[in-house]
Amino acid sequence: MNNVFIYCELTEEKHIADVSKELLTKGRSLANELGVKVEAIVIGHELQGIENEIFPFGADMVHLADHKSLSPFTSGAHAKVLTSVLQQEEPQIALFGATFNGRDVGPRVASALKCGLTADCTSLIIGDHEDKKAKKDYKNLLYQIRPAFGGNIIATIINPETKPQIATVREGVMKMEVFDENHKGEVKNFDVAAVLEDIDIAVQIIERHIEPAKVNIKGSQIIIAGGYGVGSKENFKLLQDLAEVLGGEVGASRAAVDSGFAPHERQIGQTGVTVRPKLYIACGISGAVQHTAGMGESSQVISINTDPAAPINQIADYAIIGKVEEVIPKMIKYYKKNSK
Amino acid sequence: MSFKIIVLAKQVPDTRNVGKDAMKADGTVNRAALPAIFNPEDLNALEFALKVKDRVEGAEVIVLTMGPFRAAEIIREAMYRGADRGYLVTDRKFAGSDTLATSYAISLAVKKLAPFHLLVAGRQAIDGDTAQVGPQTAEKLGIPQIAYAVDILDINEKEITIKRRIERGVETVKCAFPLAVTVPSSADDCRPRHAKKLMTYKHARTVTELQNETKDYTDLYTARPYLKIEEWSVEDIGADVEQLGLSGSPTKVKAIENVVFAAKESKTLSSTDQDIESLMVELLEGHIIG
Repeated sequence: MNNVFIYCELTEEKHIADVSKELLTKGRSLANELGVKVEAIVIGHELQGIENEIFPFGADMVHLADHKSLSPFTSGAHAKVLTSVLQQEEPQIALFGATFNGRDVGPRVASALKCGLTADCTSLIIGDHEDKKAKKDYKNLLYQIRPAFGGNIIATIINPETKPQIATVREGVMKMEVFDENHKGEVKNFDVAAVLEDIDIAVQIIERHIEPAKVNIKGSQIIIAGGYGVGSKENFKLLQDLAEVLGGEVGASRAAVDSGFAPHERQIGQTGVTVRPKLYIACGISGAVQHTAGMGESSQVISINTDPAAPINQIADYAIIGKVEEVIPKMIKYYKKNSK
Repeated sequence: MSFKIIVLAKQVPDTRNVGKDAMKADGTVNRAALPAIFNPEDLNALEFALKVKDRVEGAEVIVLTMGPFRAAEIIREAMYRGADRGYLVTDRKFAGSDTLATSYAISLAVKKLAPFHLLVAGRQAIDGDTAQVGPQTAEKLGIPQIAYAVDILDINEKEITIKRRIERGVETVKCAFPLAVTVPSSADDCRPRHAKKLMTYKHARTVTELQNETKDYTDLYTARPYLKIEEWSVEDIGADVEQLGLSGSPTKVKAIENVVFAAKESKTLSSTDQDIESLMVELLEGHIIG
């Protein structure tokens, strides 16, 4: 009762998703601070042994909801199971990944439970709150911190009156850390058939096309990212050239993706992935907060921009004032000349 | 039975073009300084609905929006692009509603329009970026949902087959009506205004807007009832005030911080050969690359 609860998502290969491991790590530290336990739920089919991927992150209890109607994911079925489990277990905090599925199912669950839900949190901390008007003191609330208003403000949201306090968290924002490799907890099987109704499984999946996970911007130490200022799809190839030479990956801002210069899976920022590379080269990126929210923790930032007043220059270690198509070939040339 | 499609749309401040005066000194948003626009993904949703209308004979597209009086602007905009009717849910008592309270109000308005086949909404609004109101409304209506719908593969009077995006690919899914669908920006852009529809609907007004008109529209509305944009208050949708506004919103804003870039020691370089070469040497020597 009143524990911290994590919705663990599965990858296509039926492993616990990285974002869920990050949430388990965060959940463990929140639970330690609150003096409560961590519970996880996995929803899918043929889940034998999956708990062994979860326990090392410090979960005390793993709920397994194993049923053929639960895989592949549909929001109706997952929402029903999650709602039932949360009603039964009454945690004080429930965390979801701000993934495609998490953002699909999370709001449905919060709506069913009449609970507050804060989307896309970048930070979660425990804190108190005094409601001066109602003369009420709240202890140990979850501060859900997130960018809002297009990323122009950072808001701290609380849900003082309703439990659980639900938040979704974007992948890559929280650290992933094994708590104890030998940690073991309990397993509880959830009776899926008892709760699922026809309406929950009304959406039928006819066909799925899964692309191999070949883009790995998150894991790359060097990222060459392009924005609207790169100007064209052709110019984006220059970024690819530099990435190949330096051994990095190409990323893109939302504006570049929206303009069709780069595919969505390379998008970095508030609505894309969050990255922390050793080196981030921002080409033709002005540096809107939505973008910097996703790359602000890069160790070194180089900006290439024709506009000396571009906001990105303020967070760049090196601001090169110039055209992308002029600067990148030079970078390649001088890298080759000096690296041998 | 007629085929009814309800599109949820929101008028939002254009947060993509935030100028210096967009934030007040106290760190709150100066909404007056930002232009109000049709939420971009709601336009994708409208297009999705219009495509259904193109394929189903006798289908009707109804736009439903909740907001201040001036949000009627986006209802007219939707009509210019092909929507048939619009409803504005507006009341001071809605102020301060979070997504849960908003979805409560919207679900009641949708129930007033029931029975319907499809409820279509943009994935998320650019002011909040929460992606919650669509799914929360679907839950309150007790209907299934398909999120990230990008295309219609097949449709008949009973069910629809949709292509949707998933984390690592695409999926073909099928569902019987009624059904809620959310549409992301990667779906088709909305068709432009249609000159004839612009002429037809340019006098479409809400009751409140009519009060400010000097011209008498009585005869016009008797002859063309479709020009009347209905306005619904809390009483009209039969909502419980306790479940609206701040009292109906479990999430509270504890603090707001204006985003300011941290000043950092920064070197400015030019694109000369010399500058670029010395930078590459520095990066190599510092083992940042190489």
